[in-house]
Amino acid sequence: MRPETEAELAEIVAGLNGPVRIAGGGTRGVAGPEPVLSAAGLRGITLYEPGALTLVARAGTPLAEIDAALEAEGQQLAFEPMDYRGLLGTSGEPTIGGVVAANISGPRRIQAGACRDFLLGVHYVDGLGRVIKNGGRVMKNVTGYDLVKLMAGSWGTLGVLTEVSLKVLPKPEAQMTLAVGAPDVRTAVEVMSAALKSPYEVSGAAYDPSTGRALLRIEGFSDSVAYRDNRLREAVGGESIGSEDSALRWGELRDVRAFHDHDGDVWRLSVKPGDAPDIAARISADRLLFDWGGGLIWASVPKGTDVRERLGHFQGHATLLRADAPTMEELGRFQPENIAIQSLTKGIQKKFDPRGVFNQGLMG
Amino acid sequence: MEMPRPNPDVIARKRALVARLQQVLPNDAVIHDEAETRAYECDALTAYKCPPLLAVLPSTTQQVSDVLRICHDLNVPVVPRGAGTSLAGGALPTADCVILGVARMNDVLEVDYDNRFIKVQTGRTNLSVTGAVEEEDFFYAPDPSSQLACAIAGNIAMNSGGAHCLKYGVTTNNLMGVTMVMMDGSVVEIGGAYLDAGGLDLLGVICGSEGQLGVVTEATLRILRKPEGARPVLMGFDDNEVAGQCVSDIIKSGILPVAIEFMDRLCIRACENFAHAGYPDCEALLIVEVEGSEAEIDSQLSKIIEIAKRHNPVELRESQSADESARIWLGRKSAFGAMGQINDYMCLDGTIPVSSLPFVLRRIGELSEDYGLPVGNVFHAGDGNMHPLILFDANKPGDLEKCEAFGAEILKLCVDAGGCLTGEHGVGIEKRDLMNHQYATHDLEAQMAVKDVFDPNWLLNPAKVFPLEVSAGRRVAAE
Repeated sequence: MRPETEAELAEIVAGLNGPVRIAGGGTRGVAGPEPVLSAAGLRGITLYEPGALTLVARAGTPLAEIDAALEAEGQQLAFEPMDYRGLLGTSGEPTIGGVVAANISGPRRIQAGACRDFLLGVHYVDGLGRVIKNGGRVMKNVTGYDLVKLMAGSWGTLGVLTEVSLKVLPKPEAQMTLAVGAPDVRTAVEVMSAALKSPYEVSGAAYDPSTGRALLRIEGFSDSVAYRDNRLREAVGGESIGSEDSALRWGELRDVRAFHDHDGDVWRLSVKPGDAPDIAARISADRLLFDWGGGLIWASVPKGTDVRERLGHFQGHATLLRADAPTMEELGRFQPENIAIQSLTKGIQKKFDPRGVFNQGLMG
Repeated sequence: MEMPRPNPDVIARKRALVARLQQVLPNDAVIHDEAETRAYECDALTAYKCPPLLAVLPSTTQQVSDVLRICHDLNVPVVPRGAGTSLAGGALPTADCVILGVARMNDVLEVDYDNRFIKVQTGRTNLSVTGAVEEEDFFYAPDPSSQLACAIAGNIAMNSGGAHCLKYGVTTNNLMGVTMVMMDGSVVEIGGAYLDAGGLDLLGVICGSEGQLGVVTEATLRILRKPEGARPVLMGFDDNEVAGQCVSDIIKSGILPVAIEFMDRLCIRACENFAHAGYPDCEALLIVEVEGSEAEIDSQLSKIIEIAKRHNPVELRESQSADESARIWLGRKSAFGAMGQINDYMCLDGTIPVSSLPFVLRRIGELSEDYGLPVGNVFHAGDGNMHPLILFDANKPGDLEKCEAFGAEILKLCVDAGGCLTGEHGVGIEKRDLMNHQYATHDLEAQMAVKDVFDPNWLLNPAKVFPLEVSAGRRVAAE
């Protein structure tokens, strides 16, 4: 099923008599029941005002099309959405709806915010086929409940996104990366923390243990980047990597390039940065990568490993991103919530999709 | 403004309710004397007043839980209250409600610079959160004008903004976790000292839900290192449209100022008479502030000034010192006080796409003539958050009603221009009945469905946000 308008999509949903799997570009590895209800036919940027930093697009618009339109005006999606294709071995075209539905954010999340922080408004079709709108296209809006946030990261369990409005930002003129030697995770987190506590607006802080270097990114106008790079180097040491190389590194970090050719299950953990060294040790992974100053841990582990069981209770959550179907089925993609949160989640899903037709069992 | 008829059964059970509450709270935390409950009869929307049945001032999450469980058992509506600074009537009581004030819960629970967060009880004031981390040169970014008085609890309820949110975002962008008590007394923890809570973004929908989903007692907030410095430039223009174009050009140039403030002639004159900030007498005034080191500030300001010059400003004044910066901000910061000197005023906060600024300002001017009430406009121009201030005389019969009707037209105008009813104050009771203009019935149903899940009996702040006739079925079913 591949409708081309919001009205067609709504009509299809209203007429459903069994569960469907919602897909955009199908690049983010969501398995589930057939048939597939694709939003990829809803294409096109409907409004772009560079002077107001806002862009509105239909949910099936390819991310590449949006990036190109923004690039032409020297702007960008500041939350730096990751491309999952390399990591998951999927093909297809990532769509803006998919990015929003999964709340995909990259390294700049620590400074600029997550996808959900840039989402100004949504249109979606609920489980009964009704078109609902929430939010709008202005940056400040507290009119009624913020269902915009609720839809971001709901992985299609509450509705099918048909249109999204986003805040965009100027693309920095230059960037530089400071590479600081760090023999272990604890030292790396200390270095990253010192950088993030500085006034120099570090927009990326990552650590790859295999290289033994923490990377700190600074972006902005050239003169300002040079100044802050100097000041930061005085504070934490290291050597500077220039603009082009820097962009390349952060592209690789964003897409977790280091794990692409590595066999094994891939987990993604959001933790308190200071807890990262201890948690990383407890995972005893084959391969680790740290982003968000230590607050985001990527772990590659032997197939079938239950990382949540290894960790027991910790502050944060662990998501299973890459595994074979039986492991995904057994362990579940998302960390189970406590009873109270589960009951709220199920309650909301029941209200938004009373017949239970959307992405059943994926979340909650 | 219509409020629901108080439930006589609840009022009749006042004594029993007081007795139950006194079992779980210290005596001085249960305020039931009629003279004393009057202190809670309104918030900053002072045109509407109604003393509550009683007020409670718990000191711990456990006490909040006990209070809510008792009210839940006895089917008593509860209106949560932070510092009572809402301009939208978010904390306006009904005669049959318990006001639950969090003012006694103002401790700092944890400060962690390495992980860049602070955990506080939500009765703490906004400014004192920054106060708690200032010694290490950190700050809490959202800065509503009422930051000296307003509480974090209310900031979360209304998703408060401020002048600096173009760069730093509003409350929801700086809130990492909450401890929240549900209406049935159960306590939930959502998020914490890590980014992006797992599962559905419940934190996102709780923030801005105007105290209708639960009572947030503790909050984990993101703190940031202060920039090395900040400096504004002031520019005056002969034409609103040109000023609006200048804002758009600055943003398009790639510079992200920390604040872009706009004032129109009426406001400029009022502020000048009040604060003597040395503002030029012109149609539109912009204050643009940037941050960074001295050299970074110089470089950004020179780019901004170059852009401004292309628009023939009648005045262009770059601050060279802290003293000059303070003078440039002085007028803007005293805008509300200055307008208050002239007359009573009603402050709106509709948001519009920046591109429709000239049209909206022109139309507000026309409406002002039709209604015979003057309007001044101050405005966070970078994000389109307007603050039209309508002047009226509260002692003149009919003036308040006329002012409200005028205000409603301005807000509808904002919606029709592609914006929204409220950018940072919240809906409360003030904009409740205009929600139908922005949202269709289905859209409001979807929002109310969330409340149905969190508070099935509609006891928490029930008469706010949604038009009374729209929420009537749910509220009546609860009685």
